[in-house]
Amino acid sequence: MIEFLEVYVKYGSQWFPRMADAALVSASLAFAGFIVAFAIGLMLSIFQRSPLRLLRFVATIYVVVFRGIPLLAILFLLYFGLPGIGVTMSAFTASAVGLGLSFGAQMAEVFRAGLEAIHRGQREAAIAVGMTPLQAFRFVTLPQAVRIISPSMLVTFIVLLKDSSLCALITVNELMLEGRALATEYFLPLNIFVAIGVFYFLIAWPLSLLARTMDARIRAKQTRTL
Amino acid sequence: MESPLLQIKDLHKSYGSLEVLKGIDFSVSKGEKVAVIGPSGSGKSTCLRCVNFLEKPSRGHIILDGERVGVKPGSDRLMSDAELAPQRAQMGMVFQLFYLWPHLTVLENVSIGLRKVQGVPSNEASEIAMDMLEKVHLGNKANTFPGLLSGGQQQRVAIARALAQRPKLLLFDEPTSALDPELVGEVLNVIQELADEGRTMLLVTHEINFARDIADRVIFMDGGVVVEEGPARELITNPQAERTRVFLSKIEK
Ligand SMILES: Nc1ncnc2c1ncn2[C@@H]1O[C@H](COP(=O)(O)OP(=O)(O)OP(=O)(O)O)[C@@H](O)[C@H]1O
Ligand SMILES: [Mg+2]
Repeated sequence: MIEFLEVYVKYGSQWFPRMADAALVSASLAFAGFIVAFAIGLMLSIFQRSPLRLLRFVATIYVVVFRGIPLLAILFLLYFGLPGIGVTMSAFTASAVGLGLSFGAQMAEVFRAGLEAIHRGQREAAIAVGMTPLQAFRFVTLPQAVRIISPSMLVTFIVLLKDSSLCALITVNELMLEGRALATEYFLPLNIFVAIGVFYFLIAWPLSLLARTMDARIRAKQTRTL
Repeated sequence: MESPLLQIKDLHKSYGSLEVLKGIDFSVSKGEKVAVIGPSGSGKSTCLRCVNFLEKPSRGHIILDGERVGVKPGSDRLMSDAELAPQRAQMGMVFQLFYLWPHLTVLENVSIGLRKVQGVPSNEASEIAMDMLEKVHLGNKANTFPGLLSGGQQQRVAIARALAQRPKLLLFDEPTSALDPELVGEVLNVIQELADEGRTMLLVTHEINFARDIADRVIFMDGGVVVEEGPARELITNPQAERTRVFLSKIEK
């Protein structure tokens, strides 16, 4: 045990800065992917509630398809497949898009649950004062939904962050890839991947604490309005 | 003679095979207060909600101030919700369960329609909203959130929100029936004050005494039709139809 820890004392100054840089890449990748997923999820949830059957159909198909395809398959398709038809992206862009496409489907479900939690009278009251459906969504439904779903969005972000490790396989120099590079340089895979795990944990843990506090606050604030 | 502000003509509404409204006809003149009473399930709420097209009528006409509601002029095509918005803005609606927006302050609940629907600049909207809150005696609650208010206060805010629309017509759907008995009075008082200002109102209520005192005319609905209508005091103290009599005697108990 002592020996195991001594390794970190010895190599820490060489490893940790590189890991920290890679962690920053992982975090930005997760963030970029999350933005794309958010936009797609929001759009899908609007489609799901649309009076137009075609849009509802598109949303359903999207969710079914992207929930059925593994993230890695999407990443390979974007990074190795698309150049075949002349579409090339950097590894980072392909990763952000791939994460976004895949998590967009999950995000749509998160939005749907949030929207369904809002009493339909809320929207009716907005329509009744003369708002258009779009205004009612923008000013009444969406802000409430975002509050309700922000804890589950944080949880989705954490899952996305962890899954972004797969992007190592399409050469994004994020935490996992850096870990592998270090492991081949120093021949200390056990120490290195434990440290990598700790880095992931250090990003995810505060976020999950935050999610829990937010959830508790929302529950406590359950007001008597409908 | 001036034509009525609101005309309801041959209004039908079905949910699937259930026909809830079976041909309703009545009108409300400018400045008139009309109360709709009737047993539970008789279609009162449905009728009110058809007036501003929260429910789409299956058949019939709603005419507000000479303009057909919900139908494109010169055609028979129904308007979309977006197209309906300006017509709905002319009618203030107060719901049984208030439906204040919990994420906005009391003042914002009242002013947001002014800003986003009527295009009133922010400062001016806040001033008007404040006036409306004063009207319902809640000026001191402007910056709190609705969730912290009592039911009676919430309903008064909802009334202020409807007033801020500067509506031609106010629609009330049992505004006091979700309230604890001790909170009913404050809401009825506010409605009474609005009535005294000469506003036009269509009010669904279970408060028969209130209907008798406030309304010019009472409409008794049962089974999706208007069974009887007449001057408030006359209809309530001396109903003509047997069904009205039965209903009123049950309520008075
Ligand atoms: N969205 C709906 N779908 C199906 N049936 C409905 C719907 N809304 C109302 N109904 C039915 O229509 C009938 C009339 O309802 P409505 O709410 O208009 O009655 P009401 O006179 O307002 O009753 P109450 O005094 O209980 O409020 C009831 O039988 C009700 O079940
Ligand atoms: Mg009703």
